[in-house]
Amino acid sequence: MTATIERGNATASINPPGDATADKKTPRRRGGFLNSSPGKKAVMAVTGAVMVLFLVLHMAGNLKSFLGAEEFNAYAASLRTLGEPILPHRTLLTVLEIVLAAALVLHMWAAITLARRAGRARPVRYAVRRKSQAGGYAIHAMRYGGTAIFLFLIWHLLDLTFGTVNPAGGSGTPYERLVEGFAPSRWWVTLFYVLAVLAVGLHLRHGLWSAFQSLGQAGRRSYRGLNAFAVTVSVLMVVGFLAVPAGVMAGVIK
Amino acid sequence: MNLTLKIWRQKDPQDRGRMVTYRVEDVSPDMSFLEMLDVLNERLILEGDEPVAFDHDCREGICGMCGMVINGVAHGEQVATTTCQLHMRHFEDNAVITIEPWRAAPFPVVKDLVVDRSSFDRIIQAGGFISVPAGSAPDAHSVPVKKEDADNAFDAATCIACGACVAACPNGSASLFTAAKITHLSLLPQGQPERESRAKAMVEQMDAEGFGGCTNTGECTAVCPKGIPLDTIARMNRDYLRASK
Repeated sequence: MTATIERGNATASINPPGDATADKKTPRRRGGFLNSSPGKKAVMAVTGAVMVLFLVLHMAGNLKSFLGAEEFNAYAASLRTLGEPILPHRTLLTVLEIVLAAALVLHMWAAITLARRAGRARPVRYAVRRKSQAGGYAIHAMRYGGTAIFLFLIWHLLDLTFGTVNPAGGSGTPYERLVEGFAPSRWWVTLFYVLAVLAVGLHLRHGLWSAFQSLGQAGRRSYRGLNAFAVTVSVLMVVGFLAVPAGVMAGVIK
Repeated sequence: MNLTLKIWRQKDPQDRGRMVTYRVEDVSPDMSFLEMLDVLNERLILEGDEPVAFDHDCREGICGMCGMVINGVAHGEQVATTTCQLHMRHFEDNAVITIEPWRAAPFPVVKDLVVDRSSFDRIIQAGGFISVPAGSAPDAHSVPVKKEDADNAFDAATCIACGACVAACPNGSASLFTAAKITHLSLLPQGQPERESRAKAMVEQMDAEGFGGCTNTGECTAVCPKGIPLDTIARMNRDYLRASK
């Protein structure tokens, strides 16, 4: 690579002699679909979609708490008997849990490897850092937001699934864990929950349309529609998930 | 106009580089940004200093040679404008202007504000062409092309490969450049036979050069002097995913 170009009055080699970049061989990176940047993004899009579908069902299930303890506990029990009597107890639920865990791990793997690649692509940072020219705020909160959501997820499982940190404990019914989990005395837990739900909303605001873009299913004509879809779903999710703690706080769920 | 410039100075690729402050006086608001730097350089030469090196060629906004990050924005804040077409009237008197080179590992600094963009050339070499003897130009309309496709292909073909997309991308990704080149060929009949192999080869070269991945931030099209749209990247992803089946 020693082309010669005209630069002002002087004719200079693009790569001056003794320049390390001149003899630099094209860096090699392991090939294959999963090591390509669009491949990683496709993995992120598909695993994200799996988790969004779960969130929709999760939200719908949560709203059953407004129908009372009996309905809600019966719903929770029915998740475990899903597929019976054809399948043994808790088979389908366990399979779904494994799929979800795999989706989460792959989603994080894609995000972490892309973030590391991005870091290596810009070893020297700009002296002046300006706010987004594209006017996006959700986009720039994906990595921090995603990390925050992951930390919340750990707490959330310990609180409402396993009951480890829940006042009703692991032996309480799902409805008891929910009501006591959001009890006014534990306002800080509820605050944490509200912030996490908002982080999920922000994450989906970008993630939902971005998944279509990454899978090559977006086009000039569909951006408006995709953005409207992303905003609508994000807002519905936030409202749906916040309705339950709001219901407990207001005493509708008790 | 009087200005204070903070410019990245770097003797050669091995030099660590530093920001150096210069005062430039009596700048006409009608000067282009590069003409303003010419004024500084003439003075530096007279004073026996090394002039600030920067790339430029046509100074008409069509060649893609110029480009610098001005106050943190690639090509400056004026939308759809190359650095050479940015005029000093857009700056305030006594403004402090910070000027940095494109920052990306695959764009090593050659000197001051000049970066080596041969990584772009290697992406083109990987597949940004049509391997048929083209001969003379075919008769117009001998192969019909939809108006919409022709327009979109032309939009993509306006890419001048300046590298602003890479400079602006928080991931240091070359996706907009690569996607523009892929789109311009994949929308036209001549580009069809190699459509998938081209996307695969060019994306693999883009990754091999050490550019980051696209996370759909849209920062690239916001600074692109030619306004290359983001849907080119969706098309690149589609062609790449099809090729990887």
